[in-house]
Amino acid sequence: MDPTTLERISPYEWRIPQTGDMRVPAEIIADEDLIRGMDEKVRQQITNVACLPGIVRAAYAMPDAHWGYGFPIGGVAAFDPDQGGVISAGGVGFDISCGVRMLATDLTAAQIRSKQQDFAHEMSRSIPAGVGSQGHIHLDDAGMSAMLSGGARWAVAEGYGTVEDLARIEEQGQMAGATPDMVSARAKRRQRDEMGTLGSGNHYLEVQEVTDIFDEAAALAYGLSPGQAVVTIHCGSRGLGHQIGTEYLREMALAAPGYGIALPDRELACAPIDSELGQRYLGVMRAGINCALANRQILTHLARDVLERFFPGCKAPLLYDVSHNTCKEELHEIDGEERRLFVHRKGATRSFGPGMGDLPPPLSKVGQPVLIGGSMGTESWVLAGDDRSETVALSSACHGAGRAMSRHQAARTWTGSGIRKDLAARGIIVTSPSRRGIAEEAPGAYKDVTRVVESAERAGLARRVARLAPLVCVKG
Amino acid sequence: MADDAGSPGWSHFPHQGDVGVRGIGRSMAEAFENAARALTEVVAPLASIRSEQSVTVSCRATDPSILLLDWLNEVTYAMATRSMLFGEFHVRISGDVLKGEMRGEPVDRARHEPSVEPKGATLTELCVKQQPDGLWLAQCVVDV
Repeated sequence: MDPTTLERISPYEWRIPQTGDMRVPAEIIADEDLIRGMDEKVRQQITNVACLPGIVRAAYAMPDAHWGYGFPIGGVAAFDPDQGGVISAGGVGFDISCGVRMLATDLTAAQIRSKQQDFAHEMSRSIPAGVGSQGHIHLDDAGMSAMLSGGARWAVAEGYGTVEDLARIEEQGQMAGATPDMVSARAKRRQRDEMGTLGSGNHYLEVQEVTDIFDEAAALAYGLSPGQAVVTIHCGSRGLGHQIGTEYLREMALAAPGYGIALPDRELACAPIDSELGQRYLGVMRAGINCALANRQILTHLARDVLERFFPGCKAPLLYDVSHNTCKEELHEIDGEERRLFVHRKGATRSFGPGMGDLPPPLSKVGQPVLIGGSMGTESWVLAGDDRSETVALSSACHGAGRAMSRHQAARTWTGSGIRKDLAARGIIVTSPSRRGIAEEAPGAYKDVTRVVESAERAGLARRVARLAPLVCVKG
Repeated sequence: MADDAGSPGWSHFPHQGDVGVRGIGRSMAEAFENAARALTEVVAPLASIRSEQSVTVSCRATDPSILLLDWLNEVTYAMATRSMLFGEFHVRISGDVLKGEMRGEPVDRARHEPSVEPKGATLTELCVKQQPDGLWLAQCVVDV
């Protein structure tokens, strides 16, 4: 994208002025080089989002934005139900509540390195990952409904993890307002064998070393220190979320004209929040959020089991769990007035600044942890929500490095064996059932994550707290 | 075999985060069959899949592009819930009804090395049309 075609607000904020059918402007938060690297489709998609009914303030693209479907990945948009605002299945995505959680262990990276090969092997054996893998938990109808209502709270009650974990999860581990009875039988069937599975693609479990601290106070509050080992889990709502997305994308695309919604592109399929369809999607999408929270909670339990076997007595408390693909009802101040909005974050993280939201005391003082995944060969980051993020982008931040190259091109450029060998030479062990899967996820296929987080920090979305380097990566 | 310059077959087209699947055929039905082959190739090489079991599906939509969406989502659903891969597809379209048969085998992780699971077909770049050369094109972006 050519930055000269945008209106420069600051070195890290760029505006597409409101023209034509746009109801608000669109804003892209990134430095000039990241903008240059963005696909022209990001402009088209974020401009289209700005045309949707009831949108408030602006349609935002985060520094890691790339071409998605409907909304760009890295897209944020809030809608007011009192102004005819809409909810969009494409604005949430198929992988509802895909997200990241981090366990801040009391182990050092040196301890992991001392058993790295065996530990990586055992972790990959214990975490069901990749196409065709099945979980160890198979829920009956009543169990499925309880899980879809209870989220991580259900998982803890079933013995996966601890009550202390719940305070460290958005919504305290349980999304209110879920309607499991409205979730289709097909969505439930698709989930039957997938509880406690990682998935494939860009999903991973990674053991990382804290290499640098940038904000001592926040690091102390988060329980992070140099040389420490952490475990990061990236996955979502699995087959259930995928099937909900499939069903509602179709239904909303066909129903939109009946609601008098003129879509700039059919891929923006949506329905008024207050409509029967909008409310029905909201309820099942919230069940999907609970499914993702339960899934990450089970995987946490499995990871802790492996840690215990290798390092008896070690602790791995949950630092935080963030969701990326959601639509949440939140209060935001718009032009001096507090308004109830439905905020879509697709490939974007909530980023509450100090004192905001429902964060437990140690986190509330410094802001919400924002967990940024890099690629399996590059650094990841822990950021803290900045109090300016509310003004800049409705308390939102980036979610990862963002792809710079398609899977297709990556698989033609690299081989899985080559990538695995190169990373092993750098002390990083990658396990995966698929060599092509590794090639498609090659570090070179992603943007420079450091540049992404620097843009997020300088724009006021989130402050850098700690940099992490990968030691072990279990890929799907 | 992947299509080249408009001959019947399948191909992938680039999308930054996900994958575009495209089928070209002498009929709409053949284009749909080839789009399903492209979908399978996102996961594993077609040549590695044996035709051991058959699954039949049907879908209905008046809009041909929605019919393609439904067909690819039926293939995705069968892959996910049966833990199978399919390499052979037969489609019949009559009016707004599609009847499809897919043949394949259970996923063998060692032999297939499946790389990524499709989540669902999207409305992005969704298109079903007869081209000026008379061949049919059926395509969309699939979330992976």
